[in-house]
Amino acid sequence: MKIYLKIWRQKNAEAKGSMVEYTLEGVESDMSFLEMLDVLNEELISKGEEPVEFDHDCREGICGTCSLMINGRPHGPDSRITVCQLHMRSFNDGDSIVIEPWRAKAFPVIKDLIVDRTAFDRIQQAGGYISVNTSGRPVDANAIPIEKDAADASFNAATCIGCGACVAACKNASAMLFTSAKVSQFALLPQGQVEAADRVLNMVRQMDLEGFGNCTNTGACEIECPKGISLENIARMNREYLAASVKG
Amino acid sequence: MSGLIKSSLARKVVMALSGLFLVIFLVLHVSINLASVISPDFFNEASHFMGYNPIVQYAMQPILIIGVIVHFVMGFVLEAQNRAARGISYVKYQGSANAPWVSRNMIYSGLVILAFLGLHFYDFWVHEMAYKYIEVNPEDPTRYYAETVEKFAPFWRTIIYVISFGLLGLHLWHGFQSSFQSMGVNNKFTPAIKTFTKVFAVVVPLAFAFIALYHHLNPITH
Repeated sequence: MKIYLKIWRQKNAEAKGSMVEYTLEGVESDMSFLEMLDVLNEELISKGEEPVEFDHDCREGICGTCSLMINGRPHGPDSRITVCQLHMRSFNDGDSIVIEPWRAKAFPVIKDLIVDRTAFDRIQQAGGYISVNTSGRPVDANAIPIEKDAADASFNAATCIGCGACVAACKNASAMLFTSAKVSQFALLPQGQVEAADRVLNMVRQMDLEGFGNCTNTGACEIECPKGISLENIARMNREYLAASVKG
Repeated sequence: MSGLIKSSLARKVVMALSGLFLVIFLVLHVSINLASVISPDFFNEASHFMGYNPIVQYAMQPILIIGVIVHFVMGFVLEAQNRAARGISYVKYQGSANAPWVSRNMIYSGLVILAFLGLHFYDFWVHEMAYKYIEVNPEDPTRYYAETVEKFAPFWRTIIYVISFGLLGLHLWHGFQSSFQSMGVNNKFTPAIKTFTKVFAVVVPLAFAFIALYHHLNPITH
């Protein structure tokens, strides 16, 4: 396959970036999208040019590191996958592919296609945890009865890998799906109740401080989320937030 | 509570509550308007009541005006913040791949409705204020039907009204059901809310458009 690439190149956080065109021949349909970029980078290195910097780690869809906007969609055209799970068989010979970094004021570009997602870490640190006392008599977590529906919903929320596709897809660059998943995974469990009110207030405040946009319920985040995190989590976060605010 | 004022979630709730309030107002408005087609006498009575009842005039009308202002001012604030949150625009962005057109363009349907409200206020509210408080005319409970039908005599005004009702339908199609999500309601009733929204977003604007067209096509002949 012959592929025409348009890739965002930016030397560093301060530099002004631009789209650069590359033509790549000999692309095989069995290659993953990241392998295709590896091939491009080998070519660039052999020519003495700077390789394209992009985030990747586990390459099996569980770490949430790969973060590319491919032809205007986070993680590319297929649903419920990350970029590392996208294969070149999803494209045709002669296709043009536009590759950009996540775009959000809260996710500044570090270099080329790599963005700084530590805003998510700070939201998590603001309340995405539970305190567990390690006394001499620890209570086995499995000894606490939890309704199966609640356990399942909590686990579904916890499958969020924090990749940032929700922010990238949202026309408002809103981080509500991420934040609500991290609120929900604890809000649904008895262990999460002790810090529930502070958690939601602090995480939402941090989310706002980071400069993410407001949710307008378009549902784009839910469609593009590689883990299928549901909008129900955003509604739950809204409920938790309003209840916590009124209680004071 | 102080954090609530600055919060993105609270702003969304304000948007949702003011929107739902305006939805309730629309039901009242379309009901009285329908009377102009069915019974001109009842329409005159209802309009006169709305125009001269002190509770309607000095309590409900200011609340309605505040509701409209809050809704569109907050809409502009949210839109400005959301645009700023993106920072640099994408070279290629497939918004239609993951979200319906109506949900992505609430600002545009809203702007058309706001512009229409300008015309609508000029047509009816300004006229009414002038009649009552500037020209200081006596009460006339029989004038409303004829005045309303007269307004829809020009084709241009009728067509602007009908187009605006179309945009109102699009705005409601997303906004009505979305307001429940903003207030934290997403449960077993959500499918019913979404179905009701679709019916409401079609029926109410269609009724408004029908009334405008009916009066345009059935002028009072003296």
